[in-house]
Amino acid sequence: MSFVAEEYDVGVVGAGHAGCEAALAAARMGLRTIMFTVSVDSIALMPCNPNIGGTSKGHLVREVDALGGEMGKNIDKTFIQSKMLNQSKGPAVHSLRAQADKRQYSMEMRKTLENTDNLTIKQAEVVEILSEGNKVTGVKIHTGGIFPCKAVVLCTGTYLKARCLCGDSIQYTGPNGLKAANELSESLKKLGIELMRFKTGTPARIDKRTIDFSVMEEQKGDERVVPFSFSTDSEEIQIDQVSCWLTYTNEETHEIIKENIHRSPLYSGLIEGTGPRYCPSIEDKVVKFSDKKRHQVFIEPEGLDTNEMYLSGMSSSLPEDVQYKMYRSVKGLEHAQIVRNAYAIEYDCINPHQLHPTLQFKGVEGLFSGGQFNGSSGYEEAAAQGIVAGINAALFVQGRELMLIDRSEGYIGVLIDDLVTKENHEPYRMMTSRSEYRLLLRQDNADLRLRKKGYEVGLICQEEYDALCEKEQKIKEEVERLETTMVGAAKKIQTFLEQHNSTPLKTAVSLAELIRRPELNYDIIQEIDEKRPKLREDICEQVNINIKYAGYISRQIQQVEQFKKNEKKQIPKDFDYDKVKSLRLEARQKLAALKPVSIGQASRISGVSPADISVLLVYMKQKDNQK
Amino acid sequence: MEQDTIAAIATALNHSGISIVRISGEKALEVAGRIFFNQKREKILKQPKSHTVHYGYIYDGQDLIDEVLVVYMKAPRSYTAEDVVEVDCHGGLKVTERVLQTVLKNGARLAEPGEFTKRAFLNGRIDLTEAEAVMDLIQSKNEFSMKNSLNQMQGSIRKKIEQVRARLLHEIAYLEAALDDPEHYELVGYGEQLDQKLDCFLQEGKKILKNSKNGALLKDGICTVIVGKPNVGKSSILNLLVGKERAIVTEIEGTTRDILEEQVVLHDIVLRIIDTAGIRETEDRVEKIGVERSKKSVEEAQLVLFVLDWSKPLTKEDREIFKLIQNQKKKAVILLNKTDLETEHPLKEEEVRNEFKFPVLSFSAKEEQGTEELAAYIRDAFFEGDLHTEEEIYLTNLRQQQLVEEAISSMELVKQSIAQGMPEDFYTIDLTRAYEALGRMIGEEVDDDVVDEIFRAFCMGK
Repeated sequence: MSFVAEEYDVGVVGAGHAGCEAALAAARMGLRTIMFTVSVDSIALMPCNPNIGGTSKGHLVREVDALGGEMGKNIDKTFIQSKMLNQSKGPAVHSLRAQADKRQYSMEMRKTLENTDNLTIKQAEVVEILSEGNKVTGVKIHTGGIFPCKAVVLCTGTYLKARCLCGDSIQYTGPNGLKAANELSESLKKLGIELMRFKTGTPARIDKRTIDFSVMEEQKGDERVVPFSFSTDSEEIQIDQVSCWLTYTNEETHEIIKENIHRSPLYSGLIEGTGPRYCPSIEDKVVKFSDKKRHQVFIEPEGLDTNEMYLSGMSSSLPEDVQYKMYRSVKGLEHAQIVRNAYAIEYDCINPHQLHPTLQFKGVEGLFSGGQFNGSSGYEEAAAQGIVAGINAALFVQGRELMLIDRSEGYIGVLIDDLVTKENHEPYRMMTSRSEYRLLLRQDNADLRLRKKGYEVGLICQEEYDALCEKEQKIKEEVERLETTMVGAAKKIQTFLEQHNSTPLKTAVSLAELIRRPELNYDIIQEIDEKRPKLREDICEQVNINIKYAGYISRQIQQVEQFKKNEKKQIPKDFDYDKVKSLRLEARQKLAALKPVSIGQASRISGVSPADISVLLVYMKQKDNQK
Repeated sequence: MEQDTIAAIATALNHSGISIVRISGEKALEVAGRIFFNQKREKILKQPKSHTVHYGYIYDGQDLIDEVLVVYMKAPRSYTAEDVVEVDCHGGLKVTERVLQTVLKNGARLAEPGEFTKRAFLNGRIDLTEAEAVMDLIQSKNEFSMKNSLNQMQGSIRKKIEQVRARLLHEIAYLEAALDDPEHYELVGYGEQLDQKLDCFLQEGKKILKNSKNGALLKDGICTVIVGKPNVGKSSILNLLVGKERAIVTEIEGTTRDILEEQVVLHDIVLRIIDTAGIRETEDRVEKIGVERSKKSVEEAQLVLFVLDWSKPLTKEDREIFKLIQNQKKKAVILLNKTDLETEHPLKEEEVRNEFKFPVLSFSAKEEQGTEELAAYIRDAFFEGDLHTEEEIYLTNLRQQQLVEEAISSMELVKQSIAQGMPEDFYTIDLTRAYEALGRMIGEEVDDDVVDEIFRAFCMGK
């Protein structure tokens, strides 16, 4: 029986990494928010790998934090090992990755949610999205209860019509045996939303006591841990870290897989969904890279209070009996006991072309979505979309202009633009190579790039914002000082340069010039920089990067300026492409289907040529002239 | 609207005497100022008034390109309603293209098809009630240039570019894979390896560029020189091939003679006859510099028309000219000229052929005889024989030349980054630019190539 339960501003469907950020953002912006989950115990669950961050994903976590999100703070509270990856490479590709205590991570997030004002948590399966005209009005849950909402954010992850496969054994559940959501898909279809079927997988978990670590390579964390969150004091997180372990598959492992490949649902045709190329199952790796004699397997703890170990690199959907054989053929795993089997999961998600870059549905006003439901993969990608969807749902209810992050402002912008504009046939994973302006989008300057947006929407407080402005000012002043402070060929300077294998000076140069030499940096030249002010570590880092890579950075800034011009040229919502006869047919169809918001977005649609864009500009100008 | 400065040849690409290079945009004057000088090599365009004409020379660095008239039109009183500089060039199509190239090197971008008109419209200069016309123009010009480039892009050059591109892509993908998955792929020592590979790519790129500049046979014609001692009739042969009127048109007093050339159509074959000034000089003044002069022009030529006087016996000078053609290993044909003259001891075709080992054709400039045979010979020598086997690369399109240049300079920047010890992720910036430039040459979209190649070639992820 239907009944009206209670009214809210924003309803969030799902309590995974996207749902948590969405609900927190909306509630913190002062809106009455309700978050639905099929199980309150599964809030911020990490059903796959036990880590947060990694290359390019670490950037996303930093950006979420800069906007006022929770993921960075939460992992800083619950990590058990941390590493800065790519340290020997340029600053743009440095990336933080931490091993999480999964249980703790989930518990901490739940605590934060439970103690957030304006936020209600509700254990229920949402079965219907209610709407009037093309406007969302609320949600209905399995009991028949109706919750009127002004905006709804869908973060259903991998739960929609989910099924898990392990060989020919199929279970109709979400991840970890949790209840799947089977009814919502139909409701979405009725709203005119197009669904796709994606697939992903996870490896087995092994009992720690049955692993021989003595034959594996130990992988330790960094000596000095760097926090994810800009608000975390790094002194407070220098903990005793746990190790991960590295071992390898071998030819015997590969033989076992090849002999049984016909029993894998991927190859037998049982799985229809498209899997991610980034996280290939071990059977995929063996088939596609048959010349490789071994593959790495990282053994990672799932937490401090459990014996379960995650076998990173060996996800699989082979039947249980093959899994035993396969895992036990790996060095150090000869006596492995499997606590949880590896499995593949298939689920409904949307074609994200139906979304605006604000993550609002083009066809349903007030309906937003984020996370794996949008065809992405990964906790961090989910959180990044979650916070954007949550912020925009709140802004929508407040009647304010929605927030956009473009490709030049953050990896979040790249992620969302790729999803809503480009062809995507697999769960989308963030990669540094996807970002054309990555020299500007570093993990170290996420606060400088995005904190202002967080402040404007109301997630960053005045105090934090003032601190940011002060930081900006100090960086600017110090860079200017170094560019204008000259040093001559004095003996002290020459000796210093000799000591550092650097060419002696012939004429006076600025300190900045010296910093730009490959063998020197801001830190090293301190000795000859007598008037250096005392500055915080993070400010020094910015100063060094800005000076050292100034040439490359200014080139990218020029590219960004060019890019911004086209982003600013808005295309009216109701633009009728059929009227522009000079557009080639293919371009006309693609543009009409995708309804890009700007000339910039239009130019990134595959099948739309530069000439088509010129034609569009001329047509739009003509329209303007007629007004 | 769009702020960058564009340039292109604004007149039709035919054989008219004067062609115009148009530069439009904020920096039009600045760009022109960098390359336009008076006789004393002083800058002329300091603060010109709008709608004034200036006389001077276009220089590419130290090289004199052409003697020109420059017209300056200040915004908004110009075709595009932006600052416009137009350069009136007199030296023929080839020279005009060099002027354009010089303009592009000095800060302008090559205009897209229909872009001047587009700007004129967007800036409200042309008040078109029928903007459709502009849009159709853009599409049709675009299709035309696409078709044109595709026609040129068949066969060996396309394959070469695809090869270099594929190898570049592989390097980019390897770098990206290693940056994305540092626990699987190492970059230790990679810089040195890449540096060596780049040398090899650069060599390929430069070869394409050189061939495109030297051997753009199909569109620009075969670079041809007419040689022979004084008074064998080179001048009348030139006039016959060119047509008398055209020969006069290009005789502009004070124009540097070294670069004068004529484009002629001989039946269905396009010839570019170089050093026409030299021919006239030696004929007119009966100077003794005939051999010296010939030497230089033969070096540049792809085809040599070696003229002998049918009515006179061979001399030492004829033999010297023969030797220099032979030493340069050029394709040559001997024109036994003046067969219209009555003489008792004419040169015999067979004797000449035996001594000089080149094909010999009887010719009479006066009677206009022999041109068909000459055309037939060239057709054989260039378009059925060597043309295909040598795999010469034809890149006539300036846009494509510019793209190869962009690819080359981007690869050089990568080498610079390697030499300076920059971190590896910096390499990808310019590698990607080189890859994109080559992609635009063959009309391919870039988009997700890198990501696809990463997954295809490297086993990624945990």
